[in-house]
Amino acid sequence: MKVLVPVKRVIDYNVKVRVKADGSGVDLANVKMSMNPFDEIAVEEAIRLKEAGKADEVIAVSIGVKQSQETLRTALAMGADRAILVIAADDVHTDIEPLSVAKILAKIVEEEQPGVVLCGKQAIDNDMNATGQMLSALLGWSQGTFASEVDIDGDTAKVTREVDGGLQTLSVKMPAIITVDLRLNEPRYASLPNIMKAKKKPLDEKTAADYGVDVTPRLEIVKTVEPAERAAGIIVGSVDELVEKLKEAGAV
Amino acid sequence: MYDNAMPSIYFSDEHVAFRQTVRAFIQKEVTPNIQDWEDAGRLPRSLYKKAAEIGLIGVIYPEELGGSAGDLFMHVVATEEISRAGSGGVSASLGSHTIGLPPLVKHGSDHLRQTYAVPVIAGEKIAALAVTEPGGGSDVAALKTRAVRDGGHFVVNGEKTFITSGMQADVITVAVRTDPGARGSGGISFLAVAGDTPGLERTELTKMGWWASDTAHLSFNDCRVPVDNLIGVEGGGFQAAMLNFNNERLSMAAQAYTMADVCYREALAWAQERQAFGKPLAQQQVIRHKLVDMAAQIDVARTLTYDIVWRYMNQMDPLQIHVARTSMAKVTATNALKFCADEAVQILGGMGFMRGTASERIYREVKVMTIGGGTDEVLKNLAASQLGI
Repeated sequence: MKVLVPVKRVIDYNVKVRVKADGSGVDLANVKMSMNPFDEIAVEEAIRLKEAGKADEVIAVSIGVKQSQETLRTALAMGADRAILVIAADDVHTDIEPLSVAKILAKIVEEEQPGVVLCGKQAIDNDMNATGQMLSALLGWSQGTFASEVDIDGDTAKVTREVDGGLQTLSVKMPAIITVDLRLNEPRYASLPNIMKAKKKPLDEKTAADYGVDVTPRLEIVKTVEPAERAAGIIVGSVDELVEKLKEAGAV
Repeated sequence: MYDNAMPSIYFSDEHVAFRQTVRAFIQKEVTPNIQDWEDAGRLPRSLYKKAAEIGLIGVIYPEELGGSAGDLFMHVVATEEISRAGSGGVSASLGSHTIGLPPLVKHGSDHLRQTYAVPVIAGEKIAALAVTEPGGGSDVAALKTRAVRDGGHFVVNGEKTFITSGMQADVITVAVRTDPGARGSGGISFLAVAGDTPGLERTELTKMGWWASDTAHLSFNDCRVPVDNLIGVEGGGFQAAMLNFNNERLSMAAQAYTMADVCYREALAWAQERQAFGKPLAQQQVIRHKLVDMAAQIDVARTLTYDIVWRYMNQMDPLQIHVARTSMAKVTATNALKFCADEAVQILGGMGFMRGTASERIYREVKVMTIGGGTDEVLKNLAASQLGI
């Protein structure tokens, strides 16, 4: 079985995000970028499937600017076997929308015929939480979202989901789209020997046009603003004063 | 200050990727535990194993020994990111293989490399280097520990002191005098001595800083070391020791300016937060100037070190120039550290005097950096002679 893992290049989670002066988005020029942390979890899960003998090939795919190849190299250094880069934009500020990404992924699925697609539940830049679900609809495949545990056994997969009331376990028919949540696993570090080996692994370069998908945006960003600054606090002198202030604020 | 988070003329995509790995590793596996290790006076053996798994021990060693054959900039990346933890003791002990192992890897027999280098690179054994003696340090040619041939063994007698990782080391690369007749730099050889050799006694030394690192005084009392454990040719130890020192000084330069940077960042964060006379410290001119002076000294030391590495890798200079500049880089970087640790504690004020800040710890670790691996005075003399002054 092949496993397909889409990975997105996003602003590194340690970077303090700055909004562009014109409010059209977040400034990404000369900013450290990394693999979306949820996608790292998906890559890790795919590699574990391979190590457990349930998968024989892990293919990482990224759709975006040319620089996304760094993200793919990270996936290869973690243990993916090969990578596909689909160049769909020239400007690092262009975000390819979930539907376009899902359409391209659907074409790649047709070509590669993976037994499962493991995606991050969402990317930490735009928090859309849509690509996996759209891909499932386009392919007519089953989906298990927000997975905190995945157990693939032949034609079915048991997917445990973190829902408001606790844990829900689904049995989904394979092939399936599984989107992964934070607690599924702890991704491994890309070790130096594997970083060196990743240089030699195959990375195919394609364009959105190769798949006949129009990636023109359908959404318009109206405004991007910084979060409101936290107001200054006060120092209370005693527990009694604290309780009083909390009562005043209606917090207790 | 720039962060080397992106490729440059010095760092390729692979360097950047490994930096990211080591940084994440240090944040998760080291930083939260530093205080415990400082209190315990040593690093846990499990840390070596974990570090080996990400390739952090084998950075520069050959692939056939389990290393990655990385270049000198990869070593700089590893050194900088370990030092970012802000504990010289962690850098010293986790990195003691970088001084103990290279002579063995470069000049040792296949038997020695398999027996000692492979398990050290795999994080299963700890390596140390023992050159300094109670009677002399930087003056290597004056060393007195002797190794006398007796059948298939050398019988080793003498004392070594201030040995980093000396309490825990499983293999110690020991500089000995194999030819008692030879004076000065002749007749010095390196032996690989197993930690469990009968007659080897270790005494723990307590120190001003580097608490997370174990430091030992070693006594060799009729220690019988197989002749197979001779590293390289008999009498070739002095040259090997000198080249080894040069690499150690380069590593110490990288450690020093990175630790200076840790002080700078801690002081900066504090200065932006702490209010005095109605505005943050960082808005007071006298503090702003201190911070700029710190940043400038760090930048100078770092840029000098990168240039030395780059010119070395591209074989631009004769060896003397490289050795002279490396000596100067170590002095420049430790001067930056001296200055930045002092100013950081000053800016932190009372907080800087309290246990718990990185600057307080680093302040106690300044002197070992200006003494270990060659004192400032010895390095300046060395640079002078190499430059033909």
